Amino acid sequence: MEPILRVTDLSKSFSRAGKNEFFAVDHVSFDVMPGEILGIVGESGSGKSTIARLITRQIDATTGTIEIDGQDITRLVGRHLIPVYAKIQMVFQTPAGSFDPRRTLGDGICESLRNKGVSKAERESRARGLLEKCGLPPEFLERYPHQVSGGQCQRAAIARALMCDPRILIFDEATSALDVTVQKQIIELLQQLQEEKGLAYLFICHNLALVQQFCDKVIVLYDGKIVEHGLPDEVILQPHSDYARRLVDAIF
Amino acid sequence: MSGTVTVRIQKIKKNTVKGRLIFFLILAVILLLVTIFADRIVPYDPYAQDLSKSMMPPSSEHLMGTDRYGRDMFSRVIVGAQVSIFSTLALVGVISVFGTIVGTLCGYYGGAVDAIVMRISDVCLAFPGLVFALAIAALLGGGVGNAVIALAVISWPKYARVARSQTLALKNVPFVLAARLSGCTSLQMILRHILPNILGPILVTAMLDIGTMMMELAGLSFLGLGAQPPTAEWGNMMSGGRSMLQTYPWLVLSPGLAIFVTVVIFNLLGDTVRDYMDPKNSRAR
Repeated sequence: MEPILRVTDLSKSFSRAGKNEFFAVDHVSFDVMPGEILGIVGESGSGKSTIARLITRQIDATTGTIEIDGQDITRLVGRHLIPVYAKIQMVFQTPAGSFDPRRTLGDGICESLRNKGVSKAERESRARGLLEKCGLPPEFLERYPHQVSGGQCQRAAIARALMCDPRILIFDEATSALDVTVQKQIIELLQQLQEEKGLAYLFICHNLALVQQFCDKVIVLYDGKIVEHGLPDEVILQPHSDYARRLVDAIF
Repeated sequence: MSGTVTVRIQKIKKNTVKGRLIFFLILAVILLLVTIFADRIVPYDPYAQDLSKSMMPPSSEHLMGTDRYGRDMFSRVIVGAQVSIFSTLALVGVISVFGTIVGTLCGYYGGAVDAIVMRISDVCLAFPGLVFALAIAALLGGGVGNAVIALAVISWPKYARVARSQTLALKNVPFVLAARLSGCTSLQMILRHILPNILGPILVTAMLDIGTMMMELAGLSFLGLGAQPPTAEWGNMMSGGRSMLQTYPWLVLSPGLAIFVTVVIFNLLGDTVRDYMDPKNSRAR
């Protein structure tokens, strides 16, 4: 089976005046198969979020390639990226900041279909269905971001990401800003959606316990490099690298 | 207990800001109405000369006295508002729209064009505005239109700066990234998500700028580079009376008072709009 996301030798470096180049992401390679959940863990500054931004083409890669569904998107810009964004979507860390404060949640959720020219009635009925699936009543379409809680906003963000039927979703610390009970509900929702739709997830997180329970495979990132790559139980219970051992020791 | 107290204080504060806003808006609207209907409400023809009545001090007949040609100063001040206020509003309108467009595009796209435009704006901001405007106005010749052009050339960078910095700050906010992921083109991003979110600070800048621009336009007219006599305009009316300031002070004081009152009203209105737009004040819709 072809991987839905293939990252090969990806790096992002920043040149600093008078100093050596700094690698935020250092020659990283991994695959995500359809329907697979890959977790990326690591401390702050280890390059987790940079990987998410590279894959969604918010920043340009220094080296390496990114393939979505067999298509090389590493150098695509502008309009050429629009069809790619139908396959890959992202949920952000800050729930409230991920919706335009001057527009309703419904506007934000329906935007991708509006850009595709789907009629208003059709996209709203789809949005209502997805909201319901994400555990929110349909009247949330009319709410503004500051009128809803963080957990509700994150559910709406998940609904938005699902609108265009993507193949892979990236979660950049999507549950970190939520309290544990809401976090648990969101994870249950994600599991249920994954089973229904066969979605692949790239789950960026710093909560090892969550990753162990939720992910099929896990990558441990340290200083921009992959120091550990395998099944969650292997990585967490029998870490090979020094860093992974310290990371696990710090938690358990 | 303490909770209710703080809530109360905030509520009162918000109401006063709103009250102030309404108060100054009403004043500004009155000013604009007077300006629009100036021709109909003046007691005398502002251009009718009557040398037998020249240099009369303020009286119940002529509220602000008359000038050396016997023209009624009160009528001239009211009609003068048309040139002063309308050209100021046109000026502020043009530079805020132009500066916002330039600044938003620069902030959004960045790159070489951004660097060049921002260096040009640095030059404009580093130069004393009025001096530069003087040079341009002198080059173009007198006239209100040319004075507006001269001030526009030097003043747009302020708006470009505000728009650019706001755009840069917004560019990395998740909702803008999310809009890109929703397949928005750059134009859609700017029109739907960036412009509506940066309009607040630009509106405030524009409101606060009205007073300054009015003074600078009057200044250019005073120096003979704006409105030309016999047009009634506050700046050149002051200029015409300045040699007689000690003997006939009302020739300078009456247009001066008009400038003062108008500038104060627009500045206070601008201040209030800023307070009102302050997120701490008006988060609730």
